[in-house]
Amino acid sequence: MNRLLPFFGFMLLVLLFGFGIWWNSQHDQSAIPSPLLNKPAPAFVLPKLYEPTQTVSKSDLLGKPYLLNVFASWCVECGAEHPVLEAEGPSLGVQLVGYNYKDAPADAKRWLAEHGNPYNVLIADEPGSTAIDFGVYGAPESFLIDAKGVIRYKHIGPLTPDVVASELKPAIAALSHETQP
Amino acid sequence: MMRALLHVLLVALLTFAGMAHAQAIEPMPFADHSQELRFQHLTQQLRCPMCQNETLADSNAPIARDLRNQIFQLMQQGRSDDEIKQYLVDRYSDYVLYDPPLKPGTWLLWFGPLLILCGGAGVVLVAIRKRNRDERASSLSADSMSADNTPTDNGDDW
Repeated sequence: MNRLLPFFGFMLLVLLFGFGIWWNSQHDQSAIPSPLLNKPAPAFVLPKLYEPTQTVSKSDLLGKPYLLNVFASWCVECGAEHPVLEAEGPSLGVQLVGYNYKDAPADAKRWLAEHGNPYNVLIADEPGSTAIDFGVYGAPESFLIDAKGVIRYKHIGPLTPDVVASELKPAIAALSHETQP
Repeated sequence: MMRALLHVLLVALLTFAGMAHAQAIEPMPFADHSQELRFQHLTQQLRCPMCQNETLADSNAPIARDLRNQIFQLMQQGRSDDEIKQYLVDRYSDYVLYDPPLKPGTWLLWFGPLLILCGGAGVVLVAIRKRNRDERASSLSADSMSADNTPTDNGDDW
């Protein structure tokens, strides 16, 4: 038994090592858990992308849940995410709010003309200062905000069909159960 | 002539190098030098959320630039260092702090090494006790069987 002790010690280290590899393959190391989850979304007033003289505020969007999708024309991964939004957006059952992040309006409009516009509402944050209140540090990021204006789900990085099916849709379903009774 | 030309070239190169450096981290209109030092000290304690191995002071990522500007604005409003840190933690979680705060979620992080040290000390203590007991037992048996003259192995062969 005593002779096998080092072997067991070694096996323990191997197990720990394997667990580390498994854990890192399951979790995105660059994704920071948002402290804003299940807290009211920050107040914002931002101009519309196509009508810059009109603004959209947080209170304008209250009453119905919506998916706030942070995107930019300079963001490579947004190009990968866009077809998913186009395909899945209409069937999600929530409004899609496009949040154009640190982008020149002309570039954003050209990008949307090229890739298509899946958004019901489009707002622009060219200086990127409101995004700091949302804890945005890159694009794409997506926030599911409920009818009361509380952030219920956040995804960092592109929405893939997998993420939509396994995370976003259940989160939306949980919202609709809540609002019905 | 040649030497003068070299001088000109050197000065030009140095100027360009200086400009390149200035572009990496843009200068800010600090009120005084102590404020600048405070700003640098603060941004060195904060981690860039986009590029997690860089401080806000070093990073050239767009979000790091925005956050530096925001910190500068907050300093102008007279916020303290702790308030500014809290401002960032409220938005980007404890990840932005290089020094994790002491709370139930980080107990393992703070006291884990101590736990491992204590565990190791315990193992060593048990091993020493056991070895002493074995040695005493073997010396006793050696006394009783004094006819045996072969040098005793003291149990090192694990």
